Amino acid sequence: MSALLAMTAPLLIGAVMLWAALQGVDLYEAMLAGAKKGLQLTSEILPALLVLFPALWLLRASGLPGLLGQGLAPLLSALGVPTETGLLMLLRPISGSAALGAAAEIIGRCGPDSLPGRTAAVMLGSSETTFYVVAVYFAAAGVRHSRWAIPAALCADLVCFLSSAWICRLLWG
Amino acid sequence: MLAFILLAIYLISVLCAPLLGTAEAAGAAVLEGAEEAVRFCLGICGAICLWSAVLELLERGGLAGALAGLLRPVLRRLFPRAAADREILSALTENVSANLLGLGNAATPAGIRAARGMARQSGGQPSDELCRLVVLNTASLQLLPSTIAAVRASAGAASAFDILPAVWFSSLCSVSAGLLATSLLRRLWP
Repeated sequence: MSALLAMTAPLLIGAVMLWAALQGVDLYEAMLAGAKKGLQLTSEILPALLVLFPALWLLRASGLPGLLGQGLAPLLSALGVPTETGLLMLLRPISGSAALGAAAEIIGRCGPDSLPGRTAAVMLGSSETTFYVVAVYFAAAGVRHSRWAIPAALCADLVCFLSSAWICRLLWG
Repeated sequence: MLAFILLAIYLISVLCAPLLGTAEAAGAAVLEGAEEAVRFCLGICGAICLWSAVLELLERGGLAGALAGLLRPVLRRLFPRAAADREILSALTENVSANLLGLGNAATPAGIRAARGMARQSGGQPSDELCRLVVLNTASLQLLPSTIAAVRASAGAASAFDILPAVWFSSLCSVSAGLLATSLLRRLWP
């Protein structure tokens, strides 16, 4: 079982390649095109992170998050949420790249296999940039009022953060 | 919004650092952050490209179409009015199956087509179904969160994908909460 889990990536890629070959896809050409899209995606992330990381690093170095964390820590730890993820939860609904930056910072600082590192990864992987999605969809549909869409979506985000923290504590705490 | 947050972070940090005695660390931090941004992007670039290549295979092989068959009955229940329109139903299934596969580039245009169709049906009013579609798209449905797995791999995780069960569980909780909230709030917001 552990050998299977360790081989997730090659097994998955192999299975997809076999399946695509059976569907008559030109494997090499398709994968080249996909890799090119990946490069494009990275080059779109980089400028945003170049602007965001210095600000995040400055904020962290100023010592303010530590101070705020001490204030918020009782509430977060009462809810079972790692205190390190406070900033990530605030940024997540607003900006995808800022949230990715904040999660990367937690994963780098605490380690990818630590509880805060894992919780940050699960939070990021199971949520979306709420305000961006709401804005894009309503604007594209030409509808002005979003009614209860934002409260309902934020409610889903809150549940997502709490359930991420709890499942990680259960599995790896 | 983000511009305001950035400005606030700079101003607050610059004011607080001397008071908290961290002026030196704060002075060095900005350039460290910029360096780290480049290092980080180089670190995840390889994994992101590899997963994009795999996703391209799924897309060209037509997995989204196969998934659509499975999704249609569920979508008929969630969006009875929109599902009556053939064109909107196909945009909806395309949107949800692309989301599941993590094909963000394909999901958004399909979702927008569905949203436009729904707005047409309701005469430009924010119908219940339009709001439900948006809430469904704000709760992530992704089966394979490849970007965050790439971040974990580049940070030296023992097994970058071992968080998958937790991600699925949490996505499921959040989608359920979103749908529950829509059916409750619908009554409060005429």
